[in-house]
Amino acid sequence: MKNKYSIYSLIKNAFTYHENWGKAWKDPVPKKEYDAVIIGGGGHGLATAYYLAKKHNMKNIAVVEKGWIGGGNTGRNTTIIRSNYLWDASAGLYNHALKIWEGLSQELNYNVMFSQRGVMNLAHNLQDVRDLKRRTHANRLNGIDAVYLNTEQVKKFCPIINTSPDIRYPVLGGTLQRRAGTARHDAVAWGYARGADEMGVDIIQNCEVKSIKRNGDSVEGIETTKGFIKTSKIGVAAAGHSSVIANMAGLKLPLESKPLQALVSEPVKPIIDTVVMSNAVHAYVSQSDKGELVIGAGTDDYVSYSQKGSHDIVEGTLNAILELYPIFSRMRMLRQWGGIVDICPDASPIISKTSIKGLYFNCGWGTGGFKATPGSGDLFAHTIANDEPHKLNASFNINRFVSGDLVDEHGAAAVAH
Amino acid sequence: MFIINCPFCGEREQSEFKAGGEAHILRPKQPTELSDDEWAEYLFMRKNIKGVQFERWNHAHGCRKWFNMVRDTSNDEIKAVYKMGEKPPLE
Repeated sequence: MKNKYSIYSLIKNAFTYHENWGKAWKDPVPKKEYDAVIIGGGGHGLATAYYLAKKHNMKNIAVVEKGWIGGGNTGRNTTIIRSNYLWDASAGLYNHALKIWEGLSQELNYNVMFSQRGVMNLAHNLQDVRDLKRRTHANRLNGIDAVYLNTEQVKKFCPIINTSPDIRYPVLGGTLQRRAGTARHDAVAWGYARGADEMGVDIIQNCEVKSIKRNGDSVEGIETTKGFIKTSKIGVAAAGHSSVIANMAGLKLPLESKPLQALVSEPVKPIIDTVVMSNAVHAYVSQSDKGELVIGAGTDDYVSYSQKGSHDIVEGTLNAILELYPIFSRMRMLRQWGGIVDICPDASPIISKTSIKGLYFNCGWGTGGFKATPGSGDLFAHTIANDEPHKLNASFNINRFVSGDLVDEHGAAAVAH
Repeated sequence: MFIINCPFCGEREQSEFKAGGEAHILRPKQPTELSDDEWAEYLFMRKNIKGVQFERWNHAHGCRKWFNMVRDTSNDEIKAVYKMGEKPPLE
């Protein structure tokens, strides 16, 4: 790597007041033709380009992004990473990602601040307890670390939780995945962008796709705000806007795009050293390295691309947070925002070929795509390069909505997606 | 967050309503004759439009009646509200 980041480069640049660091990626003018074009410069798209170049030796590729890289859901999520999914297909997919996360900072020579602080999922009623115990067993059979905790153990692991039996939804227990945690979301996009750029990938920002040119059943290229780009392979990683891109190619997807909200508080001293999620009352919280509480709220139930959300959704989440953590009652919230998430009917993603030759979709991650970023990129790159899915994403094809072989995590994962 | 003009109750907050998704998807007349592809189309595939979309809503915490709405999903602006069975506005 020509500009390897290290303690020596840090010292060297300190002498020039850090004013001479080289650019982490170029700002190229699009070429006339590429072997493959990835639409969407978020974590998933950039990771896809990175693995296409690294593992499949496809260097003449581009990532086109309508805004700036990592400016969509990559920069808007609550950065939670875990792999404790119920079904075998999901467990394989998310655990593949988790294994890559564990070595990602070293591989990219970029600190993604991956912190395995554990993720705890709470149970608030008898059915939650049964579901979470079942999921713990399923996880362990799939080689995913998981333990079930009773109320006292939950309290011991995270002392600020109100485990009093007289609250509206008392804490009856929970599960813990110790290898789970968080990462710095922007750094993931930047690290993959830098790595891909280094191998010759063109990252083209402020370049919106206007239409997809087809020749019969195969793709010929894309019309963008920066001109026509010829290519025979298009990988779409456009998250909430996947249906918009699909419509350009005359395809319909089983997706609905909805606003998902998150918020952060003012920064405070360290108070919560793990991630706690509660599906039943819909509240999840962790603390960023800056000290802000990072709180995830829910989705609105209507389709919208407005990147706003309803106030009552935030209110409901904060009610739940306050009952579970009375200590936060005087915290002030600093910022609130929305991202547009594309949700599949079975709450599982699509990493798949389509009926159009050369057109591939990586979408439907709904409310939980960040955790899968490295695995998603790796498997999508494999699918694009070989025109065949990897065995880990074979179940996540579009055809499952025709065959009925759904990966139904909606009710099964016992977690907020 | 927006205000919805329920055709039966008048203007109410959106939080009183439940969204019912894309409107005017007809239930197949002969379900037994449907192919797997047609079932998938009916059950799962959605236009998911960014822009003006026709959709169903239910006044869940009010009169509990269903009705249709035309809404721009890019800015949540409501263009029209009309009752079930009525002809959708043409624009």
